[in-house]
Amino acid sequence: MSGKTISEKILSARSGADARAGDVVICEFDFALGTDAATPMAIDYFIAMAGGRVRNPERFAFSLDHYAPPSSAKSAALHDRVRAFARTHGVHVWDVGEGIGLQLMVESGRCLPGQLVIGADSHSTMFGALNSFGTGIGSSDLAAAMISGEVWLRVPETTKVWLEGSLADGVHAKDVVLALVGQLGQEGANYQTLELLGPAATAMSIEERLVLSNMSVEMGAKAGIFLADHRTSAYLQSRTSEAFSPVEPDADARYAREIVLDLSTLEPQVARPHQPDDVVPLSAAAGTRVDMVFIGTCTGGRVSDFHQVRSEIEAGGGIAPGVMLVLTPASREVYLELLRDGTLETLTRMGAVITTPGCGACCGTSGVIPGDGMTVVSTANRNFKARMGNATASIYLASPAACAAAAVTGTLSSARVRI
Amino acid sequence: MHIRLEGRARVFGDDVNTDYIITSARKRDTIDANVLKQYLLETLDPGFAASVQPGDIIVAGRNFGCGSAMEVAVTVPFAAGIRAVLASSFARTYYRNAINNGLIPVECDTTGIREGDRLVVDLSGELTVVNETQHTTIGVRPLPLHMLRILDAGGLVPYIRAHRGFARSL
Repeated sequence: MSGKTISEKILSARSGADARAGDVVICEFDFALGTDAATPMAIDYFIAMAGGRVRNPERFAFSLDHYAPPSSAKSAALHDRVRAFARTHGVHVWDVGEGIGLQLMVESGRCLPGQLVIGADSHSTMFGALNSFGTGIGSSDLAAAMISGEVWLRVPETTKVWLEGSLADGVHAKDVVLALVGQLGQEGANYQTLELLGPAATAMSIEERLVLSNMSVEMGAKAGIFLADHRTSAYLQSRTSEAFSPVEPDADARYAREIVLDLSTLEPQVARPHQPDDVVPLSAAAGTRVDMVFIGTCTGGRVSDFHQVRSEIEAGGGIAPGVMLVLTPASREVYLELLRDGTLETLTRMGAVITTPGCGACCGTSGVIPGDGMTVVSTANRNFKARMGNATASIYLASPAACAAAAVTGTLSSARVRI
Repeated sequence: MHIRLEGRARVFGDDVNTDYIITSARKRDTIDANVLKQYLLETLDPGFAASVQPGDIIVAGRNFGCGSAMEVAVTVPFAAGIRAVLASSFARTYYRNAINNGLIPVECDTTGIREGDRLVVDLSGELTVVNETQHTTIGVRPLPLHMLRILDAGGLVPYIRAHRGFARSL
C-alpha cells in the first residue's frame, strides 16, 4: 500500500477509516463556518430536517459579511434571522463590520493545521494556507452538519504543485495563482486537492499562502493545502491556545499529477473579462483604460495588500483623475492596523473611498456597484459577467500592486515599470 | 432508483458558473426560489426564464455550476420546473447541492445535443439518455452509491429526517 497524501491523512483521522482517494467517508469536522449568503437557507433546511438543537454549537460560527452593511430591509431581515437562530443555539456570530468570515476564521485561530474545516462558502479552500483541509459546502450540507456534527466527503485525488524560484520585483502571490489558474483552467483541479509545496511555498508569508489556497477553487479544487512550518506557528501563536498536529504527505504518497512552476520566470498576470482562467501577462493588456479599482476581498484585502497599494500610489504621485479607488479591509483587525499605521489616512487624502470590512463590492451584494460599461480592475477572485452587480461592466483580476498602478495611471500597466 | 424524465433540451456551453445561473446581486432582495426563477440564467440569455417550460432539461458542456457554492443555483432551476441537468462534467459543490435538493445531475457526453431536442433520461435500469429527435442513445456515468441513496430518499432533507445523520453504511 502506498503512503498517503495530506488529504488522505486528515480524512482518515477524522473518519476513523483508512481513507484513500476515491473513497467516500463520513467525517467529524473540527469547525464549520456559515456566511450570511448561505446561513439563512441553511436555517430553512435545518427546520425542514426537524433539526432540534445544533450539535456542538461551539464548533460553528456565522459571519454577516456578504451584505455588510445591509443595503435593503430584506437583507437586514436575513441578518436578524441569523442572529436569532445563533442566539437560540449558542453559535458565535461575527456581526456586520467585523469582516469576512473566512478571514476571521484564520485570524481567530479557528482553522488549525491538520484539521478538517468546512465552510458554506466556496473560498473555504483558503484554510489550507494553515495546513487545514478546508472545503466549501452548500446550505443543505451546513444544516446536516449542524444536526449530525458530521459531513460526508469523497476523498480527493491530489495534484502536487511544486513551487520553486524567487519572484522578480513587482511579481506577487496573486500573479502566481493567476498563472496557475490560467495554466490549469477552471476545471483543471475539479474534485482534487492541490498540495502547494516546494522551496517557494516555504518562502511565502502566511498572507501570500492565503492567496493561493483561496483561489485554488478557481481551478475547481476541493482544497489547496500548504505544509505547516515556523511561519504557521508564529502566525497562530497569539491566536490560539489549542494544540494542533500538522500533517505532511508521505514520501511515497500517490499523486494524480505533479506540476512544477518556476516563479523566477513569471511576470505580472491579469485575468481578462469574464473568466478567471482567461489569464495573460499584464503587459498584453497594458493600456486598457480603467474606471474603478477595487482593493479588498478574501483574496486581496489584507494588511500587506494595502501596504503595497499605498507604496505604489505614493510612488506614482496619487490617483489618476476619473478613477474611483475603493478600499475594503477584509476584517476589523486589518482596518485597525491600517488606521494605526496611517495607510488609510494617506489613501483617503489621495481620494480613496473606504467601505465597511466585509465582502464589499466583490459580488454585487454590498458596496460599490460599477456603472454601465465601466472597466474595473480588482484584487478579487472572480470576474464573471455581472459578478459585481452590473452585466455591462468588465472586470480584470490582478495583484494589489498592479491594481494600484492602474489607479495611478488610469490604465492597466505593468507594476514592474512602476518600481 | 426509478427515475424517468422526458423533456426539451435547453442548451448552454462550458463553465456556466453559479453567478450566471442566478446572479448574486438578485439575492439582496430575496432568496425565495419562486421569485428568483424569473431571473434564471439571465446573464447568458435574458429571455430564457420566460421561455422555460416545466420539464425542460438544461444541457451544458464542461464544469457546469463552477464558482460559488450558493445553493440557490440549484433551487432556482428546480423552482422553474427543471428536474435534471445534463453536462459533460459538474463542479463539485454544484453536484453535491443538486443531489441534496433532488435536482438530478446527469454526467454524459452532451456534445451532440441541440436546442429543443426531445430527451428521455432513464435512470431506472441501464442509465441512458435517449435523444428522440436525433434517434441516438447516450451512456450516463453512474452516480456514486452514497449519492444515489440521498437522491433515492428524495434529497438531503428527507434523508436526514429519516436517519438523523449519515448512515454508517453510506
